[in-house]
Amino acid sequence: MNVNMTPFRRLPTLPVWVINSALTAILVGLWPLGRALEQNLNPYYLQILILVGINIMLAVSLNLVNGITGQFSLGHAGFMAVGAYTAGVLLRHYQPEGGAIVPAMLGVLILGGLLAAAAGLIVGIPTLRLQGDYLAIATLGFGEIINVVIINTESVGPFYVGGSAGLHGIPIYANFFWTFGAALFCVVCVWRLAYSNKGKAFAAIREDEIAAGAMGVNTTYYKVAAFVIGAFFAGVAGGVSATWFGNLDPESFRFMRSIEIVAMVVLGGSGSITGAIVAAILLTWLPEQLRAVQEWRLVIYALVLILMMIFRPAGLLGNRELWPVPGRRKPAPPATSDPDSRQRMMAEG
Amino acid sequence: MDQLIQQLINGLSVGATYALIALGYTMVYGILRLINFAHGEVYMVGAVSSYYLAEWSMGWTHSLWVSLPIVVVGSMVTCAILGFLIEFLAYRPLRDRPRLVVLISAIGVSLLLQNLAQFQAIFGPTPKRFPELIQSTPVLYNAAHTIVLTNLDILSLGLSLGLMVIMTWVVLGTKTGLALRAVSFRFDISMLMGINTGKIISFTFMFGSALAAVAGTIDAIRYDVRPLMGLMPGLKAFVAAVLGGIGSIPGAVVGGLLMGLSETLVKGYLPSAYTGYADAVAFVVLIVILLVRPTGLFGRVAPEKV
Repeated sequence: MNVNMTPFRRLPTLPVWVINSALTAILVGLWPLGRALEQNLNPYYLQILILVGINIMLAVSLNLVNGITGQFSLGHAGFMAVGAYTAGVLLRHYQPEGGAIVPAMLGVLILGGLLAAAAGLIVGIPTLRLQGDYLAIATLGFGEIINVVIINTESVGPFYVGGSAGLHGIPIYANFFWTFGAALFCVVCVWRLAYSNKGKAFAAIREDEIAAGAMGVNTTYYKVAAFVIGAFFAGVAGGVSATWFGNLDPESFRFMRSIEIVAMVVLGGSGSITGAIVAAILLTWLPEQLRAVQEWRLVIYALVLILMMIFRPAGLLGNRELWPVPGRRKPAPPATSDPDSRQRMMAEG
Repeated sequence: MDQLIQQLINGLSVGATYALIALGYTMVYGILRLINFAHGEVYMVGAVSSYYLAEWSMGWTHSLWVSLPIVVVGSMVTCAILGFLIEFLAYRPLRDRPRLVVLISAIGVSLLLQNLAQFQAIFGPTPKRFPELIQSTPVLYNAAHTIVLTNLDILSLGLSLGLMVIMTWVVLGTKTGLALRAVSFRFDISMLMGINTGKIISFTFMFGSALAAVAGTIDAIRYDVRPLMGLMPGLKAFVAAVLGGIGSIPGAVVGGLLMGLSETLVKGYLPSAYTGYADAVAFVVLIVILLVRPTGLFGRVAPEKV
C-alpha cells in the first residue's frame, strides 16, 4: 500500500539476547515488586492496579484482532468468560494447597486460554468470512451465545458451574505477580507478532484485504490466527480475574464488557500496542476517580467513543507506538484507511 | 393443534414489532450501508416517551380513544426528532469516513442513550409497569379458551399492518419515496440527478425511528419499560432484517414475522429445561443465514468492487 518514495532507514535493533534477558529480569523482578506493593499499598489502589493489568491484557489482545488485523470483533468478553469459567471451575473443584498452587495456577490459566482459543477457532472459521459490520454483529452474537450457555449450565459432569447465580468461592490465588506476569507475556507476544514478518500480513489485511490476497497472503489463515491468539489472551485475562475476585457473575461478561474493551482499543489508537496499554490504564483509572459521579461513567465512555470518532478517529496514538519500533520503516506511513487518500497515493506512486 | 394456532398468533404478534424495528434498520442500511446500532435504543426511547405520555394523558382523560392516539403519535414524533438528531450529530460528520468509524460512533450513541435513560431524573434503572391504559382482554376465542386473540394482539398486528401499508405507499407512491429509492440504488448518481441526499437521509432516519417508536409503545404496553429493553429486540430485529435481505423492505417484514414465529415456537415446544436458550435462537439463525445465504431471502447480490 505504502508507495511513498522517501528513502527509509531501519532503526538499529538491539541484540536478541539483550532484549530477552531484560524481559526475563523484569518478569523475575515482578515477584519482589508485587510482594512489596501488596504489603505497603492501600488495598484499594492494589485492586485498581490489578484491574489495570487485566484490562491491559484484554485491550492488547483485542488490538491484535481489531487494530492490527482490522477485523472488528465485538465478542471479546465471551472469550474472557470461557477462560474465567475454566479457571474458576477447576480451582474451585480441586482447591489446590501449598506447593501445588503455582503449577495449578499456571495450568488453569493456560488451559483457560487454550479453551478460549478453541472457542475462538470455532467462532472464527465461519464468521471471518464476513466483513466489517456483519463480522461485528456475528461476533457479538457469539458472545451472547456463550453467555446464554453459561447462564443455563448448572454443572458439567462433576464440576459445578453455577448457572445464572454465578460462581462463588473460587480460591483467590492471583496477585500482582500473576497479573502482570501474564500481561507482560501477552504484550511481548503480541508485540513480537505484530512487528514480525507475519505481522506485515496482518497489517496488509487491515489496509486492503483484496489487495493482500492478490499479493499471496492467505487472508483466512491470518485472520483466524489473529482471532485465535486474541481469544487465547482474553481467556488468560479471564482466568486471572476469576481467581483475583473469587467469584464470577455471568452478567459481567456480556456485550457491555466487550464494548469497554473496544473503547480502550479505539481510544488508544487501533493498531498501536502501547496506545492500547495507555488507554487501558486511563480507562481503568479515570472511572475510579469519577466514583463520585458513578452513573456518569458509562455516559462518559459513550461520549468518548462518539467524539473520538468525529474529531480523532485514529485514536490517541494512531497506529504509531510511544517510541519508534526497531526494524520498522521510518518515517511511519500515515495512518489512513480513507479510500480517497489511498487512491491519491496510488495515483502519485 | 390448538396450541400450535395459539403459538402462531403469539409469534405473529411478537414478530410484528420485530418487523417494525427491522424496517428502520433496512431502510437506513439501504441508503447508507450503515448498521444503525442505536436503533434498538430509539425503540427504548419510544417506550419511555409513551410511558410518560400515557401517564400525562390519563391525568385528564379516561377515554382510550383520546389517550391512545396521543401516546402513539406523541412517541412517534419524539423518536422522529431523536432519529434526526442522532443522524445529524453522530453520523453526518462521519459521512465520508470508513464504515467502521461510523459503526463505533453508532455503538457510542447506543451506549449514551442507554445510560442517559438510567438517570433517575430521566427514567431510572428499574423496570416500570406501563400505566393501565389498556388491559389485556380476550377478544376472539374458541369455546375452550385454548385459542385466544387478545386486544393487545389486535393492536400490535393492526398498528403494524397499517403502518406497513402507509410505508409502502410512501416508498412506492410519493416523490420522496422515489428519491429514497434512487438514493438507495446509487447514492452518488442520485446526487447528480438533483436529489438532496441529506434531506432524504434525514427523512429515512425520522421515518424508521417513528416506526421503532410504535414497536416500543406496543411492547411497553405488553411487557414493561426498562432502560435496557432495546438491546435484545434491537439485535433480533437486526437479525430479522438480515434474514429478509438487508436493504429490502418486504424482506424486513417477512424476516420480522419469521423471527417472531421461530422464537415463540422454540419457547413453546422445546422442553422447559432448554427454554433459556430461546435468546440464542436469533443468533444461530443470523450466523446460519450469513454463512449460507448472506444476501438473505429477498436481498440482491452486491458484487464486490476492487
